[in-house]
Amino acid sequence: MITLTIDNKNIQTEEGRTVLEAARENGIHIPTLCHMEGIHENSSCRICVVEVEGMRNLQPSCSLKVSNNMIVHTASEKVLNARRTIVNLMLSNGEHNCLSCEANGDCQLQNAAYELGIEAPQFIIDSVDKPAIDDSSPMIIRDNRKCVMCKRCIIACNEIVVNDVLGLSQRGSETMVVCDNDKPMGQSSCVQCGECVQKCPVGALIEKKSVGLARSWETRKVRTTCPYCGVGCQLELHVKGDRIVKVTGVDNALPNDGRLCVKGRFGYDFIYSDERIKTPLIKEKDGFREATWDEALDLVASRFKEIIKNYGSDSVAGISCARSSNENNYNLQKLVRAVFQSPNVDHCARSCHAPTVAGLMTSFGTGGMTNSVQEFAGTKLLFCIGTNMTEAHPVASTFVKNGVRNGAKLIVVDPRKHRLADYADVFAQIKVGSDVAFLNSIMHVLITEDIYDHEFVEKHCENFEALREKVLEYPPERGEEISGVPKETIIEIARMLATIKPAMLIYTLGITEHTSGKNNVMSVANLQMLLGNIGKEFAGVNPLRGQNNVQGACDMAALPDCLPGYQKLSDPAVIEKFSKAWGVENIPAVKGLMVPEMLEGLKTKRVRGLLIFGENLVQAEPHIAEVEECMEAADFIVCTDIFHTETTRFADVILPAASWSEDEGTYTNCERRISRVRKIKDAPGNAMPDWWIFKEIAKRFGHNWQSDSAQEIWDNEISVLCPSFAGVKYSRLEGDGIQWPCTDPEHPGTKILHKDGNFTRGKGLLMALDWTPPAEVPDAEYPFVLSTGRRLYHYHTRTQTGRSQGLNDLLPEAYADISDVDADRLGIRSGDKIKVWSRRGQVEVRANVSNRIQPGMVWMDFHFREGNANWLTNPVYDPETLTAEYKACAVNIEKL
Amino acid sequence: MNIELDASKCCCAQEKDEQKYKRFDSVISGYKDKEGNLIQILHYAQGIFGCISPELQEYIAEKTGIPVSKVHGVVTFYAHFSTEPKGEHIIKVCMGTACFVLGAKDIVDALSDKLGIGVGETTKDGKYTLEVTRCIGACGLAPVMTIDDVVYQQVDKKKVEQILNNEEVKEHE
Repeated sequence: MITLTIDNKNIQTEEGRTVLEAARENGIHIPTLCHMEGIHENSSCRICVVEVEGMRNLQPSCSLKVSNNMIVHTASEKVLNARRTIVNLMLSNGEHNCLSCEANGDCQLQNAAYELGIEAPQFIIDSVDKPAIDDSSPMIIRDNRKCVMCKRCIIACNEIVVNDVLGLSQRGSETMVVCDNDKPMGQSSCVQCGECVQKCPVGALIEKKSVGLARSWETRKVRTTCPYCGVGCQLELHVKGDRIVKVTGVDNALPNDGRLCVKGRFGYDFIYSDERIKTPLIKEKDGFREATWDEALDLVASRFKEIIKNYGSDSVAGISCARSSNENNYNLQKLVRAVFQSPNVDHCARSCHAPTVAGLMTSFGTGGMTNSVQEFAGTKLLFCIGTNMTEAHPVASTFVKNGVRNGAKLIVVDPRKHRLADYADVFAQIKVGSDVAFLNSIMHVLITEDIYDHEFVEKHCENFEALREKVLEYPPERGEEISGVPKETIIEIARMLATIKPAMLIYTLGITEHTSGKNNVMSVANLQMLLGNIGKEFAGVNPLRGQNNVQGACDMAALPDCLPGYQKLSDPAVIEKFSKAWGVENIPAVKGLMVPEMLEGLKTKRVRGLLIFGENLVQAEPHIAEVEECMEAADFIVCTDIFHTETTRFADVILPAASWSEDEGTYTNCERRISRVRKIKDAPGNAMPDWWIFKEIAKRFGHNWQSDSAQEIWDNEISVLCPSFAGVKYSRLEGDGIQWPCTDPEHPGTKILHKDGNFTRGKGLLMALDWTPPAEVPDAEYPFVLSTGRRLYHYHTRTQTGRSQGLNDLLPEAYADISDVDADRLGIRSGDKIKVWSRRGQVEVRANVSNRIQPGMVWMDFHFREGNANWLTNPVYDPETLTAEYKACAVNIEKL
Repeated sequence: MNIELDASKCCCAQEKDEQKYKRFDSVISGYKDKEGNLIQILHYAQGIFGCISPELQEYIAEKTGIPVSKVHGVVTFYAHFSTEPKGEHIIKVCMGTACFVLGAKDIVDALSDKLGIGVGETTKDGKYTLEVTRCIGACGLAPVMTIDDVVYQQVDKKKVEQILNNEEVKEHE
């Protein structure tokens, strides 16, 4: 401990602290401008100077370390004079007009001037002419006249989110912050994450969408969870009346520590769109007519009753929604199971991470991410396979890049040399769909060179012999032949993995969206078990979930093969528990239909009534033409949604739902963290929360559900019925939420699964797995392999991002990435229109020629109806989980 | 192999772009993955290309994996590097204290007038670039200006005209 005196107060603090930290701990105020909490050294503004007895000059308190018997004065006349001069110089340089500045009331320069009693700048400085305002980008306005050169934005961009865009240009009095090599922001490599805006202490960087909407003191701040990907970033909504005027990240919060991506920060205004569905709609000959809730709900109930009476309860099905809250998902599956008495409930995890849930359940006993996002920054080795994180999970990728900057090694395995590969120590450009062969070859090296973790395997795993025999069939030569990765690289990766520990394995849909999806998942599980990288911090198998609440929708059993909390259909005690709780004699104890089976069932009449909760199947499922045929053939379809979509066209009844921010609830992110979402406004028109809609349908079947709010559903039902969530109550979810399993009110939650190698299923199961090629491989007629996914600026079928101002400017239309090699051969240039066709359909899109794509590959998204990859994708499935092979089908391309 | 001698030589007037890039690539591969390599690479870039244009900054960034903002930052920080092609002859006006007091600003104005360019700019015919410099250590001769390596002393408006005329004559000899 160090003892020192600050402003005549005796203070004890730990060694290594700065004077600023010691002062703040003791409630002594020192103004700062450039200082940022955390490890980032800046020390450039000098506004925090203090006087230290015995030292000749004033010292910056943000970098001065405490020492014994130090005597510090933070507000002596000498200090205040120096501060006045500094602030005066800053105010005199540039133009700091507070009157209409967005930062007014939330500006550290203004605060400092106020504290020091400076009314107007004292000096007259001829500011150098430089381009003052840069409003070239859709989301951010830069005003160099207000910049105080504190460099916080540069640290934010380069050290926190590691996007490496902002830098300093020129020197001396001409120094200024620029994007790339002095480009307008809109033409630079900036991805508009807005971290710089959040860190700017003055009004030099502001959110374009927020201009003129509110003064900082007029807004209330509401913490909530982001409605986009599965990272589950914590947002602070700045709300005036019922209007969100801007969004910032919650500093020091888990999982995102204040960071956001462009969608999280700027994709909030879709809830105010004029296109919201505001009243129930019933289809008639020439379209939809408005109806009252009673009329619409009575119709839904009577039609479902009729279908169930005529064709049996398993002729109806429900598709739930991974965008919506746990409570809404719970009520949907309860409606299908308890009221309709049908086992047929599923949701879009079928299209993405169903292999993860099933694969990790088989290998480990729990189907979730084993570790947590912020651990990425602290591990020694990161192995990222099939995950384009910087676009699909941008905030998670920042922690990976932090890890690299902190000294971790990074191995990236992907068919595309995406942005994360630029930070990699080893990049393996794998052929699409060769994962099991590639991973088996790595394990071949680990086993033949005897560099795997014997102790872990012997103590905590079973079935090693079978795995050993299998991977011995995959020497690196064979791995190279199948995956295209040179055997030297395979061996190098294996040796890195064997020597650098702990290591975190991160994957996304490049692993799961294959006919071999579940095998791919179990294969990465094999690898981490063989390395002993399970059950400890900075290790594990870490699937990044695609949607904000896809983890939660699975947890709530919007799945056909389990009950909430992954409780088994095969356990009579479980069935009895739920039947009793739901006030019915019985619930179906058999496995129900999965989404592809439901769609097919519409055509074969196995399914006659389908309740679609917020899913846009027609754009998201493979082979759109076929999906539309199925929908066309349906007897009765009900959609609950916030907007008209390609899917609601086929509905007989559309029920208008409350959106994100229009109801209370919880989302569960990919690291199993249950976080609150909060209501800031009522739903528009007659729209109602989904849980209410499902409850009302149940009521018309004579079921009187008690719970009358999201909180009641969670506290009185979900948490009571599911041992994994037993300790989670709304009262405990105010801050950073809780990671399940959390089994009692004192349980802190579980950051790391399978602690110390104690797997949920007992021992980890090593699986002997053979590589199988994608169902459709390139041939003479279709010589390219098409892989699909999502891009940074849009989210899935654009129902939300397409209605958020600015995001369409960032990505106005679909395009196809092709390799420079193929482009040269076919005479295609970037921006040219090309035709892409498969055995199932064709689209016309612009080409984007890139050396990041391997020759022979085409890559497309599914955001837009025009140019949607799903006109082309192949409806073939992983045999057990029925996840479609979105990542591989054969296509041809031609310049138009 | 001494890449330094070979590579830093400027022949930007005679060499084709392709040759320049070839020469430059060998420099980059020689310095790649070495700590603190950027300054050296930029030094050669300036020599080989005569200036480090925004496009060249991007090229260097891509080849080295250093963010282009950092490349740009270093290029613009040091006076030695320029982002636009410089003229055949560099005219520098000393802005050290002695020269400044004795009228360096008038020299700059006169040169600007006569050449039709501002500080940091190059004449249309590519002959002269006008720069200002910190003290060159010739305070006894103040105010001074230099053209390439030649120092001119006690310069005033009239002398500027003379110097430039003489240069013209030299050119035609």
